[in-house]
Amino acid sequence: MHADPSGVLTGKHYLDGNHAACEGALAAGCRFAAGYPITPSTEIVERVAARFPFMGGTFIQMEDEIAASIAIQGAVWAGKKAMTVTSGPGFSLMMEHIGLAAITETPCVFFNVQRGGPSTGLPTLPGQADMMQARWGSHGDYEIIALSPQSPQECFNIAIDAFNLAEQWRVPVLVMMDECVGHMTERVIIPKAETIEVTERRWTKKKPSDYKPFEPGPDLVPDMAKAGDGYHLFVTGLTHDERGYPVMNWQAQEKLVHRLVNKIRLATDKIVRFEEEDIEGADVVVVSYGITARVARRGAELARQKGVKVGRLRLVVVWPFPEKRILELASKVQAFVVPEMNYGQMVLEVERAAKGKTNVVCVPHGGGEVHDPQVIADAIIRAAKRSS
Amino acid sequence: MIETEAEKKTKKVYGEVYIDRERCKGCSFCVEFCPPRCLELDKAYNAKGYHPPVLARPDECNGCDLCGLYCPDFSIFAVMVKKDGRGVS
Amino acid sequence: MNDKQENPVNPYLRLDRMPSIWCPGCGIGTSVNCFARAITQSKIDVKKLAIVSGIGCTGRVSGYLNFDSFHTTHGRPIAFATGLKLANPELHVVVYSGEGDLIAIGGNHFIHAARRNIDILVVCVNNFVYGMTGGQVSPTSPEPATFTTAPYGQFEEPFNLAYLADSCGAVYIARWTTFHVRQLAKSMRDAFGKKGFRFIEIIAPCPTLYQRRNRLGDGLDAMRYYKEKSVVKNGAETKSLRIDFQSEITVGTFVDRERPTFLEAMNNRFQKALGDKYTPYPLGPSHQPKSQPQAQASA
Repeated sequence: MHADPSGVLTGKHYLDGNHAACEGALAAGCRFAAGYPITPSTEIVERVAARFPFMGGTFIQMEDEIAASIAIQGAVWAGKKAMTVTSGPGFSLMMEHIGLAAITETPCVFFNVQRGGPSTGLPTLPGQADMMQARWGSHGDYEIIALSPQSPQECFNIAIDAFNLAEQWRVPVLVMMDECVGHMTERVIIPKAETIEVTERRWTKKKPSDYKPFEPGPDLVPDMAKAGDGYHLFVTGLTHDERGYPVMNWQAQEKLVHRLVNKIRLATDKIVRFEEEDIEGADVVVVSYGITARVARRGAELARQKGVKVGRLRLVVVWPFPEKRILELASKVQAFVVPEMNYGQMVLEVERAAKGKTNVVCVPHGGGEVHDPQVIADAIIRAAKRSS
Repeated sequence: MIETEAEKKTKKVYGEVYIDRERCKGCSFCVEFCPPRCLELDKAYNAKGYHPPVLARPDECNGCDLCGLYCPDFSIFAVMVKKDGRGVS
Repeated sequence: MNDKQENPVNPYLRLDRMPSIWCPGCGIGTSVNCFARAITQSKIDVKKLAIVSGIGCTGRVSGYLNFDSFHTTHGRPIAFATGLKLANPELHVVVYSGEGDLIAIGGNHFIHAARRNIDILVVCVNNFVYGMTGGQVSPTSPEPATFTTAPYGQFEEPFNLAYLADSCGAVYIARWTTFHVRQLAKSMRDAFGKKGFRFIEIIAPCPTLYQRRNRLGDGLDAMRYYKEKSVVKNGAETKSLRIDFQSEITVGTFVDRERPTFLEAMNNRFQKALGDKYTPYPLGPSHQPKSQPQAQASA
């Protein structure tokens, strides 16, 4: 179905990533947001607070991120699309509730505008060091979907994708931005509402007497209901059966975890998204995401000027990770070069997926600034030399 | 309270108590707080080993349903019944 | 005794989950009974009733009540309830949890929801202990009772929950024990008829871990103590409502006031700032003018 026009600011704009992300959420139909101020993400909720009153949305600045991350889940079960916004320290606080959203299969969106960490770190400067935390941060076994935009335009587009993926797969979806993308101002084109595809919630067609809130469909995703419609919902964070009733034994645990995990893992091919450039015949492929992908493009250019055949693979959906494609390329290329604004996180996935078939080179960075493209270029050149 | 036979004959409303013996956990709230004290713990056990209540003095029950209100396990309740058999709303 | 009669609260229970996990003599079930009676008497649309609870023995209430039940994380039911209510003001949202969940780990959410006057009813069962996890000290535990984490006796100052709620701006504050079943049901019914942040504290026995560990007998002994030592003082100063070990317990309705709820205040502000450009957000049935209150029925 198409976007509700009341939330779509059609036109050509000059916006920073944070503002664009807000507009994307509004276009996707988000009408509840709870947040807590934290640099460099605050502009997203500031804009939401200003825009919501004109489209029947409610924004509340909660007392902490723990409250924000669960208030949105209450709003989802009341029937709305909901989101929260944070950065590193708040992201850590939200971990328990990401797990809650995963086990209760509550579709909601978390924006993390990453900054230098750990702890209070570098509040006003970029980082990409929460990538593994996005995947593994909460306790227990679960799956999430995470995306990484590289421009304000993509912040808008990916925000819509995030809400759509959340509704389709009934998972929490994380938009892993960074301070650079969040605070850079670029042209953002917002199309007409009728051209924006928005995924409706998978409302059940069953009557309350037949409906089980956690009974999966063929894609392993259950249909949803909301409070107030007579469904006698029972939503609990305890391990539960298809009725939502807690069951405290290993069989129920196995059944539930198996489905929650496979819901995403078996659908990986449908969910992954990446962009490739100059992959054909490449000797070295640069794997990157977010703002680093733009820097890596320059780095690849510089390396190409020195005669290296460089290709680029940009992760748009970061989790689930495109293992298949990496494995495929691993037998064709001499090296993967993985620059990221952290001390080696997604590179571990590239290593794992490559299964030792090729070199994997990490180009780490403590954060606070984007890479110097020359550093990436040098790593590419070295990787090419080593392999020849 | 002890009624004379004459008083019992003229009483128009009395109480009937329904007890779910197997759900009961024998906490004794109903026995303790029944105003006419017409409940007692059964000497017999239920399947879980608790002593559920029994209505030991049914003639004294006035159907106030305090037992029902106190029960933490929803296993007892009383209704007021008119002597001609019709219930009292 | 014929079996045709059904317990009138049965429709409100998930019967397939009975018997409950609560110990014999635990007061939580009694409080739930009063709650069920209050619902019947207040004639609210039970289809729109949502129960949100946290973790702990009282947190299990949402599982046993057959409404839209949300059993959330420890300390957070009030935050969840905030989102639930604000996203759909048609819902009657009740938070039903224990004092450890709501006031210790959940303390921050408690004070802010009260401050904001979020339109929810918070039922707090206070048994002075963390029961589910085996008997640890809680914010209301009195000196010198012993607990697994205070083996030589609690020595901290206990929270006075009614005072806390009052200072944060709750619009309805009452405290009853599980002995006061009729008054408790009436209080709950009265609370259903109000809007804003309403708080009902229920003193209840924990026979296994508070009573037994402190050689106070069982649940029945606790109920006898409540009967003997409770004093009804409606309108009492919340500051004076401290509970010490086996002390007098002041019960009653202490606060009953009106002030704009979060959504009312929001609508007010936006209307002032934005004028015609703003369409007021719906407030739900709790904000509609009330008809005459129901005459007190037999419970």
